Amino acid sequence: MFNPSLWRVRRFSDTLPEMLQLQREMNRLFSNVGQKSPQDYPAVNIWEKDGNAVITAELPGIDPEKMDISVLGDTVTLSGMALQETFTQGETYLRQERGIGSFKRNIQLPFQVNAQAVEARYEKGILMITLPRNKEDLPKKIKVQ
Amino acid sequence: MMEKDMQKTENVSATERIRNVKTFVPRVDIYENKDSLFLLADMPGVDEKSVDIELEKNVLTITGRVEDGRMKDATMMYSEYEIGDYERVFTLSEEIDHNKIVATVKNGVLRLELPKAEKVKPKKIAIKAA
Repeated sequence: MFNPSLWRVRRFSDTLPEMLQLQREMNRLFSNVGQKSPQDYPAVNIWEKDGNAVITAELPGIDPEKMDISVLGDTVTLSGMALQETFTQGETYLRQERGIGSFKRNIQLPFQVNAQAVEARYEKGILMITLPRNKEDLPKKIKVQ
Repeated sequence: MMEKDMQKTENVSATERIRNVKTFVPRVDIYENKDSLFLLADMPGVDEKSVDIELEKNVLTITGRVEDGRMKDATMMYSEYEIGDYERVFTLSEEIDHNKIVATVKNGVLRLELPKAEKVKPKKIAIKAA
């Protein structure tokens, strides 16, 4: 049982490329630690509903007027500025964890978006954007003659 | 910005709950002036009906309930954040006037104004000429 049989040795060498791959993956994972930037804000969830894409994002405390959503081809850009508190004299911070300042994020979808029909809603600090697919991009039914 | 700052922090120390949802620690700003303490908490998905503030002695507890975030008739394709309740407990160092606390929720941000009790407010002491 403790003798390394030939069979075992061969098995190990078979897994070697996989292990190297794993090592590369791990290196990639850790080399990115701490490199998340405001480009990754806000965090988004993407849903599919009736062939449309729906993006939801948690963006608490943002003036909807100052939020900018634009669509170009298959890419959606979210940008804006978090509301900033203005301080009067005699006020001091005891703790500060909030505040992202300005943010900008591009999200690429797997289809061309019909920019005219995009709808966005901002409610309770959650942004929801419905992105319909471009008509020309829809799958076409082909009748068999 | 570090990754931990970008993502919501899960509340590990929260007491066991009956509702089977995750709880998160809302990020807060706290500032003060000589009359009151102000607290701002990021709680997306919460409105004035679903937030609960409790102050017992010097322990301030904020809880927010968030409705099920799943969308009807929709399939999730990609997910970067999770949805859950919020809970955070603070111990305040100063006496707060319990009757005068003002809380507002706007755009998923809770704003609390906690006025300091009369007796702990700084007082100017006049010096009499000897």
